Amino acid sequence: MDCGDSLKYLVNLANTLKAALVIQNWYRRYRARLRARQHYALAIFQSIEYADEQGQMQLSNFFSFMLENYTKTCKEDSALVSRLFENTMRENKDRQDYVGLIEVPESYDGPRLHFPLTFTDIDLLLRAFKQQQILHAHYVLEVLFEARKVLKQMPNFTRIKTSPSKEITICGKFQRRNGLPSENNPYVFNGDFVDRGNNSMEILMILLVSFLVYPTDLHLNRGNHEDFMMNLRYGFTKEILHKYKLHGRKILQILEEVYTWLPIGTIIDNEILVIHGGISESTDLNTLHKIQRNKMRSVLMPPMSINEEQAFDLRRNKAGSSTVLPGKTESEKFSSEQLTKHEWEQIIDVLWSDPRGRKGCYPNTSRGGGCYFGPDVTSKILSKNQLKMIIRSHECKPDGYEICHDGKVITVFSASNYYEEGSNRGAYIRLSYGSTPQFFQYQVTSTSCLNPLHQRVSAMEFSAFKILKERMLSRKTDLINAFQLRDYSRSGRISLAQWAFSMESILGLNLPWRSLSSHLVNIDHDGNVDYMSSFDDIHIEKPLKEIKSSLIETLYRYRSDLKIIFNVIDTDHSGLISMDEFRTMWKLFNTHYNVHIDDSQIDELACTMDFNKDGSIDFNEFLKAFYVVHKYEKPEKSSN
Amino acid sequence: MAEEKDREGTEAIVAEFHKKIKDAFEVFDHETNNTVDVEEEEPTGYIRYEKFLPVMTRALLERKYRPIAEDVLLRAFEVLDPAKRGFLTKEELVKYMTEEGEPFSQEEMEEMLSAAIDPESNAINYRDYITMMVIDEN
Repeated sequence: MDCGDSLKYLVNLANTLKAALVIQNWYRRYRARLRARQHYALAIFQSIEYADEQGQMQLSNFFSFMLENYTKTCKEDSALVSRLFENTMRENKDRQDYVGLIEVPESYDGPRLHFPLTFTDIDLLLRAFKQQQILHAHYVLEVLFEARKVLKQMPNFTRIKTSPSKEITICGKFQRRNGLPSENNPYVFNGDFVDRGNNSMEILMILLVSFLVYPTDLHLNRGNHEDFMMNLRYGFTKEILHKYKLHGRKILQILEEVYTWLPIGTIIDNEILVIHGGISESTDLNTLHKIQRNKMRSVLMPPMSINEEQAFDLRRNKAGSSTVLPGKTESEKFSSEQLTKHEWEQIIDVLWSDPRGRKGCYPNTSRGGGCYFGPDVTSKILSKNQLKMIIRSHECKPDGYEICHDGKVITVFSASNYYEEGSNRGAYIRLSYGSTPQFFQYQVTSTSCLNPLHQRVSAMEFSAFKILKERMLSRKTDLINAFQLRDYSRSGRISLAQWAFSMESILGLNLPWRSLSSHLVNIDHDGNVDYMSSFDDIHIEKPLKEIKSSLIETLYRYRSDLKIIFNVIDTDHSGLISMDEFRTMWKLFNTHYNVHIDDSQIDELACTMDFNKDGSIDFNEFLKAFYVVHKYEKPEKSSN
Repeated sequence: MAEEKDREGTEAIVAEFHKKIKDAFEVFDHETNNTVDVEEEEPTGYIRYEKFLPVMTRALLERKYRPIAEDVLLRAFEVLDPAKRGFLTKEELVKYMTEEGEPFSQEEMEEMLSAAIDPESNAINYRDYITMMVIDEN
């Protein structure tokens, strides 16, 4: 090669190198932007989910408010409130009253279980569910009663040990199984078996049947969704009433009780605590061991202090005559049916808390229940109770698991694609004798797992922004007021900073608004925001033309809470409440939630909703009517 | 006078950048302890926010991380395709990306291939690929 050639050669080499670098740099930045978009979408999903949980607090306060103001309300109201109260003093449900009365018809071609249950029944169920069959209510109730019977005998914390031949698998949220449970292959399911998707019933049935077949090798811990009030909000109740139109109500009643008998947690090798949520600085295992766990009915029903007279009145209203027991005062008897406040909080903390890097223990404001606990709290509680590690679930993690607090706290989340296709992986843990925990990750996808990353991220993003916009819509009036406050010249435009500040303070969501702004609103070349443009392509469909927009917005915003309240009032689960009940409930709601809807509007609303003019309102129809229309999409009901 | 106004203007821009950076940082800060994971730099594997902020602010002010222009990208591909066929075979792309410049990891290579390669021809038509990527980002 002569000089000219070698020069050419070197130049070529340099050019190739440069070209490769350009492409690599470009691709890496693109990939980074993609990851950022994925994280943003996840942050949106998560902050909205937690804000919803926070709404729980308000609802819970509302119930307490109603019950505490019981004596101050007038006669019609007190009947309503005492009916609510009745729920807290239910008698023991007898098996004969339920199962015996339900016959399985000859024509039923779904799975038939045989008691005592065996592995064949599990297999039968799995195959039947794969074919979309529904288990008959008779069997559902039998399983629930059996489960209640077995769970009742279990302590608050089950103890298991590893051994050289024995490995324990821990799953955060049920989705997959890895080999059958057995003495050498025990499983711990760490709560939240229900409430997402449309197959919670099937999953719960498989879990409970498996539990009944392997009661010493399959361990179920209670999660925050094993709570009948949570089920009202998050969809499981709806699923049950839809699949079991005739017997759904009975199933709900027994299910509520089964939940309360689920153990609080598991202790492995006397050193690892497995619980659903976390701990607080006052967590005390000694107390937790002794609590009568079945008295913990719901996060929305904290123990109430009630005086002698109120308790007496309630008994009388309920039974029609006084039923005072000799030797015990009414309030004493009532108190013995509840947990103490301290006990109740102990369980809430265990089911709802989240670990954080910050030291100390703070109320969990995102969720509205439990607390945030720091590494110092973990160290203190672990040493106080002679433990080495906590394994918990409760939070969705992008990789399915996360280790924090210096290896002392592990989060394991087993539901992959929890928010949306591609949102996260699932994981489970295998604990073996004398070695560190092993993690197994997976992502369950259908055909879309073949889609390249950018398509999956786009899909997730689309979904996230859609629900974020719906959120904005439910606060439209407040948002516009906030924007206009800063729009001195009434130009319809404000700066990006002002827009971001308003969004954060009104919606209460901690999100990177500046980075998300281009997806939510129109921005001009000066960097100013046309704040009304967010609402151009989205509106709430008015079910009835006569209703004012402000009322529509309020109803839409609180539809989730209203659904729960309606359902609680509707104790016979008929789907109907009377006009009087509706009015009473609304008045109380009005005061407590501080909404400004006057009585005449409500009366008008109630009358229009009473479609067949028989004095009762089908509230499911009512709530279904409030759905969001996205302009560039076919109208679709928003998921409740 | 004008200088003062300039300075104020820059201060406002920097303040805005700071807010934007902080918000984005928090999305990645799972532990809420003001650090994010990173693979280089510090031996602990984390970057502290205090260190991150000035570096990122300067980068934003200098517009250092603007997306690379389409035509620059196109020319880069053309350099690797001297015969001007309009495409690179899968093998060629893999060779360049994993052997030249700052080589791709296997994961990065697989990811790029999944979107770039036309399964029928087993090649990447780089013009179409660039156009598709640009559309997706906007």
